[in-house]
Amino acid sequence: MSEQTKLAIDTDLGYIFSDILRRDERPGYEGYIVKTDALVAFATALRDDIGYDYLVSVTGVDYPQDGILEVVYHVRKSTGGRPLNFKVQVPREQPVVPSLVFVYPGADFQEREAWDLLGIRFDGHPDLRRILMWEGFSGHPLRKDWREAYFEEEGKPFKSRWPEGHFARIEKRNPFGKNVDYPAGFDPESWVPEPETALYAGLSKMERQGDETGIGTESIILNLGPQHPSTHGVFRMAVKMDGETIVGLKPVMGYLHRNHEKIGERNTFLHNMPFTDRLDYFCSMSNNFGYALAVEKLMGIKPPERTEYIRVMMAELTRIVNHVAAIGFLLNDLGAYFTPFLYAFEERELILDVFEAVSGSRMMCNYFRFGGVARDLPDGVLERVRDIVCDRLPRKIDDLELYLTNNDIVRHRAEGVGVLTPEQALAYSTTGPVLRASGVPYDLRRADPYSIYDRFAFDVAVRYHGDVYDRYLVRIDEIRQSIRILEQVVRDIPEGPIQEGKPQYQVRVPAGESYGRVEGPKGELGFYLVSNGKPNPWRYHVRAPSFINLTPLECMCIGQKLADVIVILGSIDIVLGETDR
Amino acid sequence: MNGLGVIKGLGVTLKHFFMTYVDDFRWGRKRYYTPEGIAHRMSKDVQGITTVQYPEEKLPVPEEFRFVPFLVYETQEDGTNEYRCTSCGICAKVCPPQCIWIVRANDPNTGRPIPDPAEYAIDIDVCMGCGLCAEYCPFDAIKMDHNYELATYDRHKNNIYDKVKLGKPVAYYASIRPVNYAREEAARAEAEAARAARKRA
Repeated sequence: MSEQTKLAIDTDLGYIFSDILRRDERPGYEGYIVKTDALVAFATALRDDIGYDYLVSVTGVDYPQDGILEVVYHVRKSTGGRPLNFKVQVPREQPVVPSLVFVYPGADFQEREAWDLLGIRFDGHPDLRRILMWEGFSGHPLRKDWREAYFEEEGKPFKSRWPEGHFARIEKRNPFGKNVDYPAGFDPESWVPEPETALYAGLSKMERQGDETGIGTESIILNLGPQHPSTHGVFRMAVKMDGETIVGLKPVMGYLHRNHEKIGERNTFLHNMPFTDRLDYFCSMSNNFGYALAVEKLMGIKPPERTEYIRVMMAELTRIVNHVAAIGFLLNDLGAYFTPFLYAFEERELILDVFEAVSGSRMMCNYFRFGGVARDLPDGVLERVRDIVCDRLPRKIDDLELYLTNNDIVRHRAEGVGVLTPEQALAYSTTGPVLRASGVPYDLRRADPYSIYDRFAFDVAVRYHGDVYDRYLVRIDEIRQSIRILEQVVRDIPEGPIQEGKPQYQVRVPAGESYGRVEGPKGELGFYLVSNGKPNPWRYHVRAPSFINLTPLECMCIGQKLADVIVILGSIDIVLGETDR
Repeated sequence: MNGLGVIKGLGVTLKHFFMTYVDDFRWGRKRYYTPEGIAHRMSKDVQGITTVQYPEEKLPVPEEFRFVPFLVYETQEDGTNEYRCTSCGICAKVCPPQCIWIVRANDPNTGRPIPDPAEYAIDIDVCMGCGLCAEYCPFDAIKMDHNYELATYDRHKNNIYDKVKLGKPVAYYASIRPVNYAREEAARAEAEAARAARKRA
């Protein structure tokens, strides 16, 4: 979108809604602040009249010095263009915000997360329970006055490490047996955990009323996971079934929660780079990319030409790695036990060799820096990439397709299963292959290009049935498009410097907010950063695609058979490191 | 849906199965337990089985491979080891999980810091192997190691690496990272020459 059109829309918004919103005029911030009681009306008008039909992210920021909690919304048009952000400010003592679930159903999990971690109540949310922490957890961890166990200092680097860094094991300071405080009157020995009534009550409202056969059946509740081989990690689904048919499903997550965002706010900006590797550990290069973009936006710098090419190369290799692995896992879920999976992993290993040669590690790459990358490509890497993408991968993907695409069992199991219509896919804020398999050709690399994606010829992969089979096909298509991009990258990559300015370990990040995002292999990976000019970010939020793509899981599963739930989950392609953060 | 897709798919599996033997016959005994055999199994031309028989076989690691850091020292003529580290503390500050602990030494007479750490410890249980310490060290004193076989029976006793356990000679560094070493030495020689030229001028 040109600057002029953007300006025109901005002025229009300010004009149309002049009585309920004002411009956010803090230095480095953009967007609008909406009056709390007018939020639902504003969002509805935004969606229906102005075309911002796609809620990208909902999160909160704590500003104790001003006594406010702020909820930040990012919305987009599904036809493309830049996101619009608007905020709501509420007092810290009574943080109640009207829920947007009925305007944008995709706000469901994200509002629950904001309630869980920041303690913002969303009035009208149908199921406002904690989502990442457990019920009964005391406090809201992302509030600035909440302190974790083994708290040392507000921000790193800790003063105890240098110059008087006498080594002390952290457990020594806080010995086992004395490291817990119980509230008065609480006895851990006699404590019985509360039954998860709220969770199961949420399932009941989907129950089928009556039965055409006249024979009354009782539905049963089944828990899949957290320790279940099909759930790709420690993920749990509480399922209500009528016979074999699903009538209600609630995902339960947070078993791998480590409060990545709180750690991120203790860290300095650079410290966060290796931590982003651990989000979606299949695609650490893409995670680095998104975070680097967010910080670079705040700093106002751009990497040199060669770096841009290297970055795109790494991001596209990551996409191939992720998609072959996702297809392998999906086939595992379909019951093709490990043979397709291992064929897919052969290709993945070859690409990981490249990552290892470039960054020093196969999975935890930590390769991107602000305004550059850690090091230039070592000798021979470019040739290796050329060999892999121009010679081996195309025929191997053909092989994989011959193997799976027309396999009768795969088609029987996947076609027409877990259908998500384009309207639902947009409403539930899904991104990535899930959205594109539902017939919405939305790809950030085209819709709102970042880095140098506007230079490459490639097609946005899209399929129209929205079922598991199309999600599989979309991934195959995307691998082919990635190969296309990579062929152009290895052809055009220029020589030159790889770092803008001098490499620095303490970067100066001006105060302000920024939202950096990439089209990661699983969907839109966004980093919402707030800086106050100090070495540590004030707020560090990850818009995790595999978390938000789970929002329509129930809607995809209702009416399907139990065995299909596993396949539907597999076709969303989640990684729990990112879902639970 | 007549089962043809399944049969075609089985054909792919069968091809994979046979290619292992074809490759075996083509390579003979050299396919396993030899460096060129491993290189072949890592190459783009590999067909059939690609697995490596660890620990009898090991994949060669690339030069940039990183594991836990080590401290570089230079052995003096009198046999003592002089660490390159000046205890400036940059590695401790840049370490994301904050697992580097340094005690700066002070001159007992003047009370001023001397460029040699009195104590240096890394908790390798906490180390995440990100390599930032090595990347930002201005003296090339801390580098990432290639040795990844660090399992021990008692982590409390063995996994806190002190200055002695972390120290490795320059020759070792030059052997695992020849390209980096050559580049750094060239840069140092250049800086030396520039300083000498400035002194002369």
